[in-house]
Amino acid sequence: MLKDITLGQYFPGHSPIHRMDPRTKLILLVVYILTLFLAQSWLSYGLMLLVLITVICISQIPFKAILRGMKPLVMILVFTGILNLFFTKEGPTILKIWKLTITLGGLTRAVMMMARILMLITGTFLLTYTTSPIALTDGLESLMGPLKKLHVPVHELSMMMCIALRFIPTLIEETDKIMSAQKARGADFETGSLIDRAKALVPILVPLFISAFRRADELATAMECRCYQGGEGRTKMKLLHYRRVDFSAFAAGAVMVAAVLLLRQMGL
Amino acid sequence: MEPILEIKNLNYIYSVGTPFEHKALDNVSFSVQRGEFIGIIGHTGSGKSTLMQQLNGLLKPTSGSVVLDGKDIWSEKALTRQARFRVGLVFQYPEYQLFEETVYKDIAFGPKNMGLEEKEIDRRVREAAGFVGLTEAQLEVSPFDLSGGQKRRVAIAGVIAMEPEVLILDEPTAGLDPVGRAEILGNIQAYRQAKNATIMMVSHSMEDVARLTDRLLVMNGSKLAMDGTPAEVFCHAEELTAMGLNIPQVTQVFLCLKKLGLDVENVYTIDQAVSALKRIRGGERHA
Repeated sequence: MLKDITLGQYFPGHSPIHRMDPRTKLILLVVYILTLFLAQSWLSYGLMLLVLITVICISQIPFKAILRGMKPLVMILVFTGILNLFFTKEGPTILKIWKLTITLGGLTRAVMMMARILMLITGTFLLTYTTSPIALTDGLESLMGPLKKLHVPVHELSMMMCIALRFIPTLIEETDKIMSAQKARGADFETGSLIDRAKALVPILVPLFISAFRRADELATAMECRCYQGGEGRTKMKLLHYRRVDFSAFAAGAVMVAAVLLLRQMGL
Repeated sequence: MEPILEIKNLNYIYSVGTPFEHKALDNVSFSVQRGEFIGIIGHTGSGKSTLMQQLNGLLKPTSGSVVLDGKDIWSEKALTRQARFRVGLVFQYPEYQLFEETVYKDIAFGPKNMGLEEKEIDRRVREAAGFVGLTEAQLEVSPFDLSGGQKRRVAIAGVIAMEPEVLILDEPTAGLDPVGRAEILGNIQAYRQAKNATIMMVSHSMEDVARLTDRLLVMNGSKLAMDGTPAEVFCHAEELTAMGLNIPQVTQVFLCLKKLGLDVENVYTIDQAVSALKRIRGGERHA
């Protein structure tokens, strides 16, 4: 049950997308999301979808895995769809049920919003599926480098993120274990009123927090034992380099933005 | 006599239909008599932990059945829940499951979930605390103020308080010092004798299982590889070594003695070794 959570999971592989510099992927993701908001017509949406599908194919991530990751987001999608469907009053009315009217404009708006959210999330998934957490934080640290001049603790922030990502699977496993142990003592998480169920979480949350603090303490000791002092003067084993694949990706990204802008200018 | 637990053709597959599919139990069958002390040994990942979670209905078998006292625990929902109480399961490092403000409340968690009366809960908590050697005063302190070994005993008491007919323990002595280990093993023995309970214990200490158990189950590669008395199992020293397991050190010593030409039988506990050596010395005196 808990193990089905795939959000932020990394699928190891050797595709060109996997080999790309994490900075390239981060920048292009931001560009992609911004372009999504510039796109206005069905044609430009189609173009954005085409780009996305191409990237998925190159990355060799199974479509199934991406669909599985979408599951927890179905509620948000449905909610967005319904809101846009009923509260946009544009164009001719298609359907009228009691006090609710559905207009053509509303329908178009709802479908477009849902498509936008879907593509936005799929794009983000592609980043985390093809980039290991360590590469990702390395990339972020490097991209935020200029902020160091403004005394932003860039290295500390990226280290925190790296540790947080690293411990998600560990804590999930721990939760599973604690749940089994309490179930073995007759704890019941599935039946009863909402309040009963909330109360039933105490025997899980208390041990989980205690173990998280214990782990944090042990990790801090281990880091200090290895003379960790933060980012100052620290060198990296794996240096980030832009390669040919990155330049090709940037070029492709530029073409995509140009195409969408052009379509916008043409009013399509 | 009717066995208390009967495991028939048990199969279990993790994450069916994903790339992580993995067969953890492969056609495992055995039955357990009331009052038996069974040791389960096996390499890491051989399916021991999965097997244990099948026995009290925490995991549902992919195929096969677990029969508790003549009834399949998955045939009715009430029976599955009952199995949780009748077959007590103590996980590895059980001290990490403690959560209550006082030791008393934590031990009472299981009996409370059974829906017992206040008076009965009180009796069980005090009795369970007695089995694991906790004092009255310790019942009122926070479990987090206790030492590691004491925490472990509180956690075991939490399961014992449900008065399970079958008590299953996953490496109850892992990470404890020799004194702590001896205490925990003593506590388990005390519970078994007082309630005529069946004990199943996973352990990596061949010395412990040789000394304490009546019967050994050897798990290897998701299968039940051997089932017999410690004497029978430890005869197969080579096979055990091939499975990444060991035989008791004293057994190894006596196998070497045998190779050197000394006429000794196989032994697997210190006590047996002592009497075997005494016999040899006595024989020499007579000669």
